[in-house]
Amino acid sequence: MMNKIPNRQVICETLAELARDDRDIMVLASDSRGSAAMAPFAKEFPDQFVEVGIAEQNIVGISAGLAHSGKKPFVTSPACFLSMRSIEQIKVDVAYSGTNVKLVGISGGVSYGALGMSHHSVQDIAVARAIPGLAVVLPADRHETKRMTEALVKHEGGVYVRIGRNPVEDSYGSDEECEFVLGQAVTMRDGADLTIIAAGETVRVALDAHEALKEAGVSCRVINMHTIKPLDEEAVLRAAGETGHIITVEEHSIHGGLGAAVAEVVVQHKPVPMRIVGIPDEPAIAGKTSEVFEHYGISANNLKRLALELLGK
Amino acid sequence: MNNSELKAKAIQIRMDLLRMIHGARTGHTGGSLSNTDILTALYYRIMRIDSARPKWDERDRFIASKGHSVESLWCILADLGFFPKEELATFSQFGTRLIGHPNNKVPGIEMNTGALGHGLAISVGMALSAKRDGKAYRVYCLMGDGEQAEGSVWEAAMAGAHYGLDNLVGIVDRNRLQISGSTEEVMGLDPLDEKWAAFGWNVISLDGNDIDELVAALERVPAIPGKPTLIMANTVKGKGVSFAENVPHWHHHVPSDEELAKALAELTEAAERLKQQEGQVR
Repeated sequence: MMNKIPNRQVICETLAELARDDRDIMVLASDSRGSAAMAPFAKEFPDQFVEVGIAEQNIVGISAGLAHSGKKPFVTSPACFLSMRSIEQIKVDVAYSGTNVKLVGISGGVSYGALGMSHHSVQDIAVARAIPGLAVVLPADRHETKRMTEALVKHEGGVYVRIGRNPVEDSYGSDEECEFVLGQAVTMRDGADLTIIAAGETVRVALDAHEALKEAGVSCRVINMHTIKPLDEEAVLRAAGETGHIITVEEHSIHGGLGAAVAEVVVQHKPVPMRIVGIPDEPAIAGKTSEVFEHYGISANNLKRLALELLGK
Repeated sequence: MNNSELKAKAIQIRMDLLRMIHGARTGHTGGSLSNTDILTALYYRIMRIDSARPKWDERDRFIASKGHSVESLWCILADLGFFPKEELATFSQFGTRLIGHPNNKVPGIEMNTGALGHGLAISVGMALSAKRDGKAYRVYCLMGDGEQAEGSVWEAAMAGAHYGLDNLVGIVDRNRLQISGSTEEVMGLDPLDEKWAAFGWNVISLDGNDIDELVAALERVPAIPGKPTLIMANTVKGKGVSFAENVPHWHHHVPSDEELAKALAELTEAAERLKQQEGQVR
């Protein structure tokens, strides 16, 4: 059955659960409490909630000041604005000053499908990844989002998280089945012939490709690279060494994202044939996430086709 | 420190920073000279700080939003014992922590600043945190006047008033010059007092190179409960060195050997004059 709970709601519920015992947890919104699904948190914890209005530079600066004073701020703001409008505050006030700010980019990727490039965030991973000391995380589904949120409350340091707007089909069977350790990739399916590395919403696509390939007699490993930075290089190198072929798939530009991060490791230490699947270097086409994914080949069918091609079958 | 001691201290800090900039062959001389009196009043009289406990929870916070004028700050922190004074000789040299902007690897520095338009938002966060936790510390944020062209300053100004942060003090070093020339020619700011007042701040306009006026105003804060305070500190860029005053290229001009000697002589003379005045008063 299709999951109906979006990841943003899970973040709100998890933070609310923890905020009852941890008065330092704070949530900030830039007129985004509705789209971030944070209205219940704002209502229940008015002293732990800060509204800044439509001012993304301000939300990051204020959060840095709160973090410096011992708070654990979670900034919830649309990924397209948070990762671009306030990137200098992220670079200087969070990463450089070393403040414990969690930046949650909501409605990321092509979630705002028909609203155009101004509202798409498919360069955010590239930008965030270039900032020293900033971790970059994309949770796969609601279960991983819960585990991630719990882990991030305990983690000291700046993190950029990107989630989508709509509910994502589960990749894990339950919260219990999912263990989240920052920087530690999860092998979702083992395989010997090739590896598909995915992050965020594309993990589900990779899992579907695994099934399609199984039917075609191909043994495909699936890695959930929820932390794109710091990248689990060991998992990448093991995949390269043991399966000899790698495909990456992401809801992001093919430039500078997950594929680039993996390629940087592969090309220097264990060159193997690779393909990078994502959004091409153009303003993305309008449509629902599923339609846009299909259009750009972020689909089980296309991954299967590419895999067979890569394996010479 | 009483006011006359503060005045003497400001002269000493000016001499220290000129020597430091001359030694390093780099620095923002004009802006550091213009804000020296403000920083002297804050660090030696107004702020509750303790160099032995730079991270003391109840300390007042200072954010140098105009981070490029860090030279006066380095000299003051060294003078107060936050780090050894000999370290000033490493200013801007290879591998130093005393770089050309505030660096929080140095005791006494809260945040890394230097990109303009960031400091006030950070200060709002700190002041808001104090309010929510019922803590008594204050937050002082020094901004440049050229910096006022950054839109993010006004985002933070709105938030400071919206949350009624009367524990927050913004100070504008209004020396009317920026790197390309007069602030009013580059991008007009006047009436700057009225802009801040319209944003909901209690504005106090004063002579920012006058220790007596600075101390009197800062000791009255918060003059209006529920409102953040904005001190419009009308200053002279290059203050204290006659041939640097109001000269745009002294923004980051490094004094030559001859200029340094002349400047130090002027400041020594000013210190002597101050002593004589004090003698007459007594």
